[in-house]
Amino acid sequence: MRLPSMSVLGPIIALVVLLIIGAMLNSNFLSAANITNVLARSAFIGIIAVGMTFVITAGGLDLSVGSMAAFIAGLMILVMNAALPSLGIGIPIILLGMLTAIIAGMLAGLLNGFLITTLGIEAFIVTLGSMGIYRSLVTWLADGGTLSLDFGLRTFYRPVYFDGILGISWPIIVFAGVVIIGEIIMSRTTYGRHCAATGSNEHVAHYSNVNVRRTRLISYAALGILVGIATIMYVPRLGSASASTGVLWELEAIAAVIIGGTVLKGGFGRVWGTVIGVLILSLIGNILNLTDFVSPYLNGAIQGVIIILAVILQRERKAAS
Amino acid sequence: MKFTKTFIAAALASAVSGAAFADGHEVKVIGVSIPAATHGWAGGMNFHAAETVERLEEVYPGLDFVLATASDPGKQVNDIEDMVATRNIDALVVLPFESDPLTPPVQAVADSGAWVTVVDRGLSVAGIEDLYVAGDNTGFGTVSGDYMVSKMPDGGDIVVFRGIPTTIDNERVDAFTAAIEGSGINVLDMEHGNWNRDDSFTVMQDFLSKYDNIDAVWASDDDMAIGVLAAIEAAGRDDVQFVLGGAGMKEMIKRTADGDAMIPANVTYPPSMIATAIELTAVGLTSNAPVSGDFVIGSVLITQENAMDFYYPDSPF
Repeated sequence: MRLPSMSVLGPIIALVVLLIIGAMLNSNFLSAANITNVLARSAFIGIIAVGMTFVITAGGLDLSVGSMAAFIAGLMILVMNAALPSLGIGIPIILLGMLTAIIAGMLAGLLNGFLITTLGIEAFIVTLGSMGIYRSLVTWLADGGTLSLDFGLRTFYRPVYFDGILGISWPIIVFAGVVIIGEIIMSRTTYGRHCAATGSNEHVAHYSNVNVRRTRLISYAALGILVGIATIMYVPRLGSASASTGVLWELEAIAAVIIGGTVLKGGFGRVWGTVIGVLILSLIGNILNLTDFVSPYLNGAIQGVIIILAVILQRERKAAS
Repeated sequence: MKFTKTFIAAALASAVSGAAFADGHEVKVIGVSIPAATHGWAGGMNFHAAETVERLEEVYPGLDFVLATASDPGKQVNDIEDMVATRNIDALVVLPFESDPLTPPVQAVADSGAWVTVVDRGLSVAGIEDLYVAGDNTGFGTVSGDYMVSKMPDGGDIVVFRGIPTTIDNERVDAFTAAIEGSGINVLDMEHGNWNRDDSFTVMQDFLSKYDNIDAVWASDDDMAIGVLAAIEAAGRDDVQFVLGGAGMKEMIKRTADGDAMIPANVTYPPSMIATAIELTAVGLTSNAPVSGDFVIGSVLITQENAMDFYYPDSPF
């Protein structure tokens, strides 16, 4: 029985070390309330990061997810407020909002995917462009202010973020569901293998009968849908969207994917690793808030060190293979 | 949308009037250059600027206005250059995006003999502007601190939310700290919520995990107060007696007016200061009243009694 390599163990060890540090520094760290807070707040980035794992594995990248989430949140709020007089407060209007978010996410993802695969423009450039477009659109929709969900509607919709089943809140349940489905697709289905083949070597994949273009297009569309799902969880929390919603989510999601052992150049992805990456990043922030030991200004520095360490561990795997 | 309309209306009006009245005296042009509405406060400022320009064009037939909003310092420099080159402005009202890049172009406007009014953010070189209209960050902190002391005569434990690390934030927090000095109010913790709802929500959740008892919160900004309130509500804690925000967001003013015990007060840092600046500039151009110097707009305490005086339901902020 050989031990798994450091690239597999590294993130797990980091997570365990963080949990031990947190528990030592503050007695409330492992309380149900704190764990629930951290997991629920990780859910947005987490759900998006699962989709990002597929995009990156297939050799792509998406910088637009944070702005896309802000735009979808704004759109959702506008649609629900507009439908309020005719539908009233109830389940139908919530479903309408959710449907709006998922369709808008899918269309946004398809648009990115179409420009990247069919027109053959660099993913970095396309999504850099759409990142600016969505950020600008949400500012324009909100007229520079904040879009707020009608107060009565927000009260009705709140449980989607704050309540759940058996004390486990909805964002955590949805996040877990997305992770389980993502992990199965990545490691046990043809599509997961196609993603890795496409990211590893486009030409070889093409000659081995993998439809490279479709594989990539699906990965962007799926990421768009997941951004929509994350937004469905985000809107009931504060019931508002503004130009500052979802800023830097794309970089957090990409960082989580990399820490989890997925290769930035594509060809290898690990969904469960991504989850560990997301938890590591949010735990750092949580622990820094719970202690007076280190200035919270260093949050970014600590995260940066962990990202670089993760990549060093990846190189070791490459050398081994 | 509204701005473009104003802009086109102003352009048309000046084209039709040919920049002169029939009886021969000249129409004067005031250029207004402000940052675009990228967050709540700036959105409110844009609203008040457009409204003031519209109103003053009615009041002063001898004045024309050009309003431009810029999403970055570079565009703001271009806007000001265009105003000088194509509209021959007699006065400029400018809220600089950033002090350093805007100093040379505004200096050039002043050197050309036009009147210059600078709003809220000073330029890097002293003495360029004829009139300086600004908010009072020190006063903002002092008023907030004094209110806390009056509301908690027996002292108590509070947490403080800071904005984005800037001199503005430092001035406010230093003044607040000085105001609660020796009052028995104990600051458990200070953290940056970056004037952002989501960040503040997260920080407040962690504060609630960290401290078993928090008597009150100085959120120092209404966007941050919204995040703080959501976190308190979700945790179901009843130890927090009240949250003091700031800047006078309309939703919060409304809650204070309605007597919400969690939001008993607010402290102004009005985005409508742009209106003050445009008004004073118009007065200076059209009358013999001297308006040069510094005009510091005091931060005022809003309570239930006077809340409706500060409620602008049409403003985006």
